[in-house]
Amino acid sequence: MTPAVEFHDLTVSYDRKPVLFGVDAVVPEKSLCGIIGPNGAGKSTLIKAVMGLLPVEGGWTQVFGGPLDKCRQRVAYVPQRSSVDWDFPVNAMDVVLMGRYGRLGLFKRPEKTDRAIAAEALEKVQMSAYADRQISQLSGGQQQRVFLARALAQQADLYLMDEPFTGVDAATERAIVTLLQDIRGKGGTIVAVHHDLTTAPVYFDHLLLINLRLIASGPVEEVFTQELLQKTYGGRLTVLSEMAFKGMKKPEFRDPRE
Amino acid sequence: MTNANSREHRGSRFTALLLCLVPIAFVPFLLMNEQARDFLSFRDGFLRASVLGTMLLALNCGLLGPLLVARRMAMLSDTLAHAVLPGIAAGFLWSLTRDAVAMLTGAVLTGVLSSLIVSLVGRSTRLKPDAALSVVLTVFFAAGIALIKLISNAYPEANKAGLDRFLYGQAAAVSDADVVMLAAAAGITIITLLIGYRGFLVMAFDEAFGRAMGLPVRALHYLQMLLTTLAIVVSMEAVGVILVAGLLIIPASTAWLLSTRLHRVLWISALVGMAAAPMGAFLSYTGENRPTGPTLVLCSGLMFAAALLFSPRNGLARKWWAWLQHGRRIRREDTLKAIYRHLETVDFRPLELHTGEASTTEGELRALVRHGLGEWRSAAFVLSPAGFREASRMVRNHRLWELYLTQHAGFAYDHVHDSAERMEHLLAEENISAMMRVLGGPKTDPHGKRIPSLEDTVESLRNQPANS
Repeated sequence: MTPAVEFHDLTVSYDRKPVLFGVDAVVPEKSLCGIIGPNGAGKSTLIKAVMGLLPVEGGWTQVFGGPLDKCRQRVAYVPQRSSVDWDFPVNAMDVVLMGRYGRLGLFKRPEKTDRAIAAEALEKVQMSAYADRQISQLSGGQQQRVFLARALAQQADLYLMDEPFTGVDAATERAIVTLLQDIRGKGGTIVAVHHDLTTAPVYFDHLLLINLRLIASGPVEEVFTQELLQKTYGGRLTVLSEMAFKGMKKPEFRDPRE
Repeated sequence: MTNANSREHRGSRFTALLLCLVPIAFVPFLLMNEQARDFLSFRDGFLRASVLGTMLLALNCGLLGPLLVARRMAMLSDTLAHAVLPGIAAGFLWSLTRDAVAMLTGAVLTGVLSSLIVSLVGRSTRLKPDAALSVVLTVFFAAGIALIKLISNAYPEANKAGLDRFLYGQAAAVSDADVVMLAAAAGITIITLLIGYRGFLVMAFDEAFGRAMGLPVRALHYLQMLLTTLAIVVSMEAVGVILVAGLLIIPASTAWLLSTRLHRVLWISALVGMAAAPMGAFLSYTGENRPTGPTLVLCSGLMFAAALLFSPRNGLARKWWAWLQHGRRIRREDTLKAIYRHLETVDFRPLELHTGEASTTEGELRALVRHGLGEWRSAAFVLSPAGFREASRMVRNHRLWELYLTQHAGFAYDHVHDSAERMEHLLAEENISAMMRVLGGPKTDPHGKRIPSLEDTVESLRNQPANS
């Protein structure tokens, strides 16, 4: 079976922050995969690299056994909620309809079927009543649901989500989890950045443990162990993180006489 | 909810139309003035060209402005506008005439150069965008001014050619050929937006998402920058480089206050710009030494002020009015409370009250009468049944809140009065019943005073002592 996502010796550098080194991993199809690791470990960087949003320094990623460009419309990306300006003059329905623009391309207008798909996506996240609401009038959890609905409207096979549970209420968190399990049940694959260790083994069936490099990857019952978690969270490899930082700067000139 | 929303939409549309009708209100007044009659008759070909020209360039700028505002690039448009000046001067030097092609080419070149420098500085240094923009704006503008001074010293005829007008703008200089050029520029913008609107929407709202979906976000960004530079360059002779950014940003900001859907913001912005244009052109036309840039921007500013004050959604006038009403209600409720406390001390007999008793003023009592909360009996004031109920409610809210704070939030009993003074006006009946539940239907407050009930009547109160 071709994996949904494959990382091969992936190295990424990003905006003067620590980077990812030589990640080798696969995410099997029809899995609910969590990316786990401490702050600044490169979790978001990993999925941004898959979406081609960051320059890759070495190695590659593949989606469904080929480059992303071959199957872009099979992949939906859900950015962090804080990455957009929620005062923007659009309503919830406008945002969800954006999920259709990828398939439509620049020049085709959304048709009735597109609107129906968007309305259905809003329905799935229980936000139909808020379709006309300007997005600044939504709560954090509602905003996350709208983002999710936009991804659903893409009708993708692979969903890459950046911190979908950050800053949402308990009801929204439950609703999202149910929805993700539903997607997997219908043959979809989900990769989500997550930082809550207590819920991680409950929500996901596959995990990537990351701290600047891959610590472990595999089914939850194999990977979610005391030892591997300690390795993930228990301090960085000092030389690696120092080099990560240096790699971002121009090499400094050192006078050899010093 | 849907209903309320559509009402708001109608409201904002109505305000937008009203705003654009503002210029028409001036018409009768203008007809008395000879110059104005001249202006309105439109017989003068030069005049026709200048009014048409300013309207077209305002349309162009009005359509492009919202995208800049949406992407937090308002300041960039100002920098671009100032940065075209050295290009104009260099174009003049190169051709040594007011050759339009040379000057426009120079303008586009320095405009593009300036935005490249801004993004280079932003990417490669710790400097924040506002500083980078200011550096580039001032340096390019200084270069432009220096070049113009140099030119007007070396080539006195250049003064006649009017390089100065590129600073402040002169709509009268718009020729029929310019009108064609302005119409073409506006046409390009309209067509681009009609075709690419959804792409621009995604780019402005969530660039990473657009890229992830495979939309040509980079290309759209450069297209937007190119259109904006073009709009500035074709507008600068009529409006001047110093203030042309106002035409991009002020109508857009006005529309931003009036609508919460980007496509509506776009057309409202275009309308506002086109309504301000003839006003500005007129003011400039009817007076000596009134360059078009300032008059046009002042007229746009007037419309922005009107939207700021009277926007149906969140206009300041509406907010002030609500605030005023709220303040008055609180004062009425405080008077009622004072009266109730006074009545309590005299065991509710007599019920009449004279001005000054319970530290009431005549104005306060009159306000109560106006709202049906009390009435005059000969010279004395008596609470109406509704007033008595309201007064009971306020005193109940106050005392219940004090009790709640002391029993359930760990407040000392002498620390609760100030909070109760505020909260008594805000507590809703469901809060009250919730408090009643957790407190077990209390009868007295922490100070031993009786907590009134809405069922109280004067008769029932007279039969029991105030402090039980």
